[in-house]
Amino acid sequence: MKEPEIPQNLTSRDEIWEARYHRNSFLLMMVVLAIAPWLIYPQFVMLALCFGLFACAFNLLIGFGGLLSFGHAMFLGMSSYFAAYLAKSGLNLETVTIFSRPFTLGLHMAPLSPALAIVAAVAGTTVLGYVAGLLAIKRQGIYFAMITLALAQMVFFFCLQAPFTGGEDGIQAVPRGKLFGVWSLSDDMLMYYVVMAVFAAGVLLIYRIIHSPFGQVLKAIRENEPRAISIGYRTERYKLAAFVLSAALSGLAGATKAIAFQNASLTDVQWQMSGEVVLMTLVGGMGTVFGPVVGAFVIVAMQFYLSDLGSWVAIAQGIIFVVCVLAFRRGIVGEIEAWLRARQRP
Amino acid sequence: MSTQALFGQLLIGLINGSFYALLSLGLAVIFGLLNIINFAHGAQYMLGAFAAYFLLNKAGLSYWWALVVAPLVVGATGVAIERLMLQRLYKLDHLYGLLLTFGLALIFEGVFRNEFGSAGLPYSAPESLTGGLNLGFMFLPRYRAWVIGASLVICLGTWFTIERTRLGANLRAATENPTLVQAFGVNVPRMITLTYGAGVGLAALAGVFAAPIYQVSPQMGSSLIIVVFAVVVIGGMGSIMGSIVTGFGLGLIEGLTKYFYPEASNTVIFVIMAIVLMVRPQGLFGQR
Repeated sequence: MKEPEIPQNLTSRDEIWEARYHRNSFLLMMVVLAIAPWLIYPQFVMLALCFGLFACAFNLLIGFGGLLSFGHAMFLGMSSYFAAYLAKSGLNLETVTIFSRPFTLGLHMAPLSPALAIVAAVAGTTVLGYVAGLLAIKRQGIYFAMITLALAQMVFFFCLQAPFTGGEDGIQAVPRGKLFGVWSLSDDMLMYYVVMAVFAAGVLLIYRIIHSPFGQVLKAIRENEPRAISIGYRTERYKLAAFVLSAALSGLAGATKAIAFQNASLTDVQWQMSGEVVLMTLVGGMGTVFGPVVGAFVIVAMQFYLSDLGSWVAIAQGIIFVVCVLAFRRGIVGEIEAWLRARQRP
Repeated sequence: MSTQALFGQLLIGLINGSFYALLSLGLAVIFGLLNIINFAHGAQYMLGAFAAYFLLNKAGLSYWWALVVAPLVVGATGVAIERLMLQRLYKLDHLYGLLLTFGLALIFEGVFRNEFGSAGLPYSAPESLTGGLNLGFMFLPRYRAWVIGASLVICLGTWFTIERTRLGANLRAATENPTLVQAFGVNVPRMITLTYGAGVGLAALAGVFAAPIYQVSPQMGSSLIIVVFAVVVIGGMGSIMGSIVTGFGLGLIEGLTKYFYPEASNTVIFVIMAIVLMVRPQGLFGQR
């Protein structure tokens, strides 16, 4: 497959402005995040960072590929189960039962260190993303959303019934272990900065993907798929690649969350979680680079500080959905960007 | 395991199948004209069941009244939703309709969970439909037989209206080309509004049917609607008859799975969906 070459010297004033704007926002965000745990409850910021990365990974699909997945909880949840299980019990596959017939494997592995558990969980989620992606990209638009939702529900039932997930109880008391075998992560502050580093790396990777030639093709497919096909791109491959990347990054968020919060539970694979990540992205701004992070902070803050209100949180989320769709489709960051752009070009 | 148990599971399969058929039918009719997937469909099914519960306990109206009144009331809320909200979204990407109705589903479910908790409320079947018939090989509760029969009649009635009447012809024409149909003097916006109302009414009717079988609870719709989405993907939304056949067929398959391999009964429909996507991505009855 020969790729058409993209001319290098077409950087316009707009693009220069955009690059500078993104760099400055990123640096500002890092400074704020670095001092945040001294000012507000670190657990909260850590949770928001995990969901922020999750929402950014989701946004890679909807914002830049135009694909609305309604089943991203399967990647977050499955990955957190993988990481929690590997970090707590290692891998013990003496026998595997398939259709009530036991097969002897005799596979034993000691519990993994946190970094290795995360890497292994991301690898597992990537495989899941590849399989789910192969099925989902067969259809487009609304069908794509329904298929991903149905696949995620299947994963949910799997997690409910499979022996290794602990069913309704989930996996509790996952050890944080030692980072690279040296630094103990039981220190909350160190854990926070590790999560922040993972988050920063994930966001930078997503930024890189969006602004690579691959990301440009993805945008072309979003704008006009038949045209992208006629130019000679095999669009399903691009969509599948975007889906797998998004799944893997969601997996990174889920695995980090499992280690940082020392548990994995069914809430992370439920369909409500798939809805929440859509909401975070919508509130922050679909198709903006940092919008989903802002959205994640807003939604997590709502759950964190309004948790006494019980089901009112769900009602509030529903209302925000309706309001965003009807009147606020650009989201918080989208509105700010539009304002900045208007100011920049009078 | 006995044949008694097998027939019992098949009966439950047929009951579930009638709900799959009724709900996917409504989804298909709405999608045909509005190009929107109504995520609130499950919540509106739940509203139908609650409407029946209120009518009985607050207004003293029997099940038979509920069969008529609940779909009308819930359908009317559908009309309001279409007029006030959905209408603003037709020019946008279809995905916004999905997101809006998802938000509405969260609101409906949240409000009822706030009011009634997660536990189900009992709703008993009318006197004339209690008891059952002993068929020799199995015991057939009267109410379940009635639900299967009534759902079949409603499904075939909807099929007849859409495929064989003048109103249905207008509807199908508007699905193909709304601008042209409007030029012929048909009030298409009103037709769209009423179609959404009718689809929502169908969901509410299914809710009334379900009230005596399952308990009336706020989350009764959300898990069902995801399965119905899979049913819709399997059948393809191209044909009305396709939705009906797929709905009942998948209900039966689910019942059989419960009997032969109960561990997979929750996931069998999703597995079938995956297989159909590999073999025939447009769905069994869908057109490309």
